[in-house]
Amino acid sequence: MKFSTYLTQISGVSIYPIISLSMFVVFFVLMIFWMYRLPKKEIERIENLPFDDKK
Amino acid sequence: MNQEKFYYDNKIPRLFAIACIFWGTVGMLLGVIAAFQLAFPVLNFSEYMPYLTFGRLRPVHTNAVIFAFVGNGIFTAVYYAIPRLLKTPMWNRALSLIHFWGWQFIIVCAAVTLLMGYTTGKEYAELEWPIDILITIIWVVFGINMFGTIFTRRERHLYVAIWFFIASWVTVAMLHIVNSFEIPVSFMKSYSWYAGVQDALVQWWYGHNAVAFFLTTPYLGLMYYFLPKAADRPVYSYRLSIVHFWSLIFLYIWAGPHHLLYTALPDWAQSVGTAFSIMLILPSWGGMLNGLFTLRGAWDKVREDPVLKFFVVAVTCYGMSTFEGPMLSLKNVNAISHYSDWTVAHVHIGALGWNGFMTFGMMYWLIPKLFNAKLYSRKLASAHFWIGTLGILLYAIPMYWSAFRSYFMMKAFTPSGQLEYEFIDVVQTVVPFYVIRAVGGTIFLIGVFLMIYNLIKTAQSGDFVESEEASAAPLVKEYTAPKNSIWHSLIERKPLLLLVLSLIVVGIGGLVELIPTFLVKENIPTIASVKPYTPLELQGRDIYIREGCYNCHSQMIRPFRYEVTRYGEYSKAGEFVYDHPFQWGSKRTGPDLARIGKKYGDSWHFNHMLEPTSMAPGSIMPSYPSMYENTIDKVSTNSKIHAMRKMGVPYPDGYEAIANQDLEKQAMQITKGLKENKIEIASDKEIIALIAYLQRIGTDIKLEPKK
Repeated sequence: MKFSTYLTQISGVSIYPIISLSMFVVFFVLMIFWMYRLPKKEIERIENLPFDDKK
Repeated sequence: MNQEKFYYDNKIPRLFAIACIFWGTVGMLLGVIAAFQLAFPVLNFSEYMPYLTFGRLRPVHTNAVIFAFVGNGIFTAVYYAIPRLLKTPMWNRALSLIHFWGWQFIIVCAAVTLLMGYTTGKEYAELEWPIDILITIIWVVFGINMFGTIFTRRERHLYVAIWFFIASWVTVAMLHIVNSFEIPVSFMKSYSWYAGVQDALVQWWYGHNAVAFFLTTPYLGLMYYFLPKAADRPVYSYRLSIVHFWSLIFLYIWAGPHHLLYTALPDWAQSVGTAFSIMLILPSWGGMLNGLFTLRGAWDKVREDPVLKFFVVAVTCYGMSTFEGPMLSLKNVNAISHYSDWTVAHVHIGALGWNGFMTFGMMYWLIPKLFNAKLYSRKLASAHFWIGTLGILLYAIPMYWSAFRSYFMMKAFTPSGQLEYEFIDVVQTVVPFYVIRAVGGTIFLIGVFLMIYNLIKTAQSGDFVESEEASAAPLVKEYTAPKNSIWHSLIERKPLLLLVLSLIVVGIGGLVELIPTFLVKENIPTIASVKPYTPLELQGRDIYIREGCYNCHSQMIRPFRYEVTRYGEYSKAGEFVYDHPFQWGSKRTGPDLARIGKKYGDSWHFNHMLEPTSMAPGSIMPSYPSMYENTIDKVSTNSKIHAMRKMGVPYPDGYEAIANQDLEKQAMQITKGLKENKIEIASDKEIIALIAYLQRIGTDIKLEPKK
C-alpha cells in the first residue's frame, strides 16, 4: 500500500518534508555549534566531575 | 566560600547491587533451563504441572534479565553515581527504600503471575494491569527522588551520565504508559486497547525502545561514569558524548518498525524503521569509540585489571550489536533473520556481552570500594572473564549457524516445485545447536558463580563503609554564565529543560509513526468477511495467550514463495482488526499458525496437544494435559464480550447475556465431531475452546468472494 496516496489528500503537503528536514538539520547544526562553542576549560572541568570525590 | 559537609549513603547502592546479582543469577538460570527445554521437551514437566512450560518460563527469563538484573544494575549505578556527581546525598532516603523494596516486590509478583499464566501476551510487556500500575508508581517514586537530588545539587553542571539517566527515565515512562493501555476484564486479565496492526506497531515501538532506553541508554550512563573511574582518566571526548547523547535518543525512537519488516504493517512505516536504524550506526559507534578511546594510553592496564577487561569486551559487544542491528533492519537480511535464531543470538550479544559484562565490571570495581577492601582474587575475576567470553561465543555461534541452516532448508524447493523439507525436518537438524547453546549459557552462568564467590570473599575481608563524608560549597543563587557558553547554559545546567527537550525529541518519533496508523483508515484496508471471534473462540484465544504460544509460533505469513507454499496465503492487515492483543509473534521455533484453521481435523489437534509427538514425530513442543482437565472459565465470558465491544468489536448489543449459550452450542458440536472419531471428552474442557480458536485462525479471508 502506498502511503503517498493518502498524503496527497492533505493540502500543501509538499511543505511537510521540507519542514521536517529543516528541523532535523537545524537541530543537529545547533547542537554541533553549541558543542564547539563550549570553552575548553569548561569541558575539562566537566569531564573531570567523576573524579571530584577523590579530593 | 563556606563548605557544607554531607554524607554519601552506601547502603542503598549495596542493596541494589545484591539484588542485581541475585536476580541476574535467577534470570540466567531460568534462561539455561528454557534453553535445555528446547532440546529436551521432557524438561517442561508439563505432565506434572502447567507452570514450567517453555511458553510460561521464557517470559519470566526475559523479564527477569531485563527488569530485575539490568534494572537493579541501573539503580545501583544511579544511586552510587548521581550523589557523587552532584555532590549531595540522594534527596530522600525513604523514597530510596520504597523504590528498592517496591521494585523487588514487582519482580516477585511478575515471576509468580507469569508462571501462573497471567499475561497480556505482549513481549517484554507481559505483566498484567495491576502490576503495570505498580510499576508506574515505583517509577514515579524513582523519578521524584532523582529529580529531588538534582534540584538540591551542589554542582551546577550535569555530567553526561546524568543526561542519559534522565532521558532513560522519561522515555521509559512514556513507553510504559502508551504500551500498557489495556482494558481490565477481571483482577488479573486485560485486553490491549489496540488491535492487530496498531497493537503490533505500538508493541514494537515499545519493544525496540525498551532495548534502547532500558538496556542501552542507562548503561551508557553507567559506561560514562564507571569506565573513566576504572581507567582513572576522563572520557576520551566530552564533546563527542554530547553528540552521542542527542543523536542517539533522536534516532533510536524511530527504529521500532524494523521488527515488523515484510509483515502486514504499512510499507511506509517499515521504510521509516529501516532508514532510522541505518542512521543509528553513527551515534552508536561514536559512543563505542568514545568508550574505547578513553583507554588511550592505558591499554597496559587492560592486561592487568579485570574491571577494564570486562568493560572493553562489553563496549566491543555494544559496537557489534549496534552494527548488527542496522544490518538486520535491511529487508533482505531481515528476510533471513526474522523469526529465526539469529535474532536470539543478536539480543544475547547485547544482553550477555554489553549488559552482562558492563554489570560484572561495575561490580568488581564497586564492591571493593563499598567494603573498603581489595578484590579477593584478581585471578578468579580473570577466569570469570575468560569463562564468560567463552560462554558468549558458545551461545552465539550455534545460533547464527542454526539460523542460516534453517533459512536454507525452509526455502529449498525440489526441481518439481515442491518444498524439499517439512518444518519438523528443520526442527530436528537445529536441536543439536540448541544443546550447544544451552551449554554456552551454562558456562556463562558458572562464571557468574565465580564472581559471587569472589565478591563475597572481598566483602568479608573488608568493612562496609556505610557512608562517606564529603564537602562542597552550595550553589550560588545568582549565577551568571561565563561568556561564550550561552547554548551550554541554556540546557546543560537546567535539568527540567533537559527533561522536556528529551521528551520532545523522543516524542516526535513516536507521534509521527503511531498517529498516521491510527488516523489514516486506509492504512488498514478492511476485509468484509473478517468477523469477531465467537465466545468459545475468544476463550480459546485467551488460553493460547495464557500458555504463551506466541513465544514459539508466529501468526504472520510473509509474502515469500517459500512461506506461502508452506503456510498458505500471506497475511493481510485487515485480518487482525479484532485481535486484542495481536499475536504475530517474533520467533518460529514451531511453524506459523496464521492459516492453521481447518488445515487439520479437530481430532488431530486433540491428540497433538495431549502428545505432540503422536501427530508430529520429533516435535519439541510440550504437551498440555491440564487443558483436558480444566474447565472453560464461562463466568468471564460476559465481561470479556463486554470489554471487546467497548473497544469497538461489533458484537450485537446485549450479546454478553446470551454469549454462553452460543459457547456451549459450539462446544457441543466440536465434542460431537470428536466422538465420531472415537474421542470422548466433556464439552466444557479448555481443550475444546482451544481447538475452536485454532480452527478459526486465518479462515475468514477464505470466505471472501472471489473477484
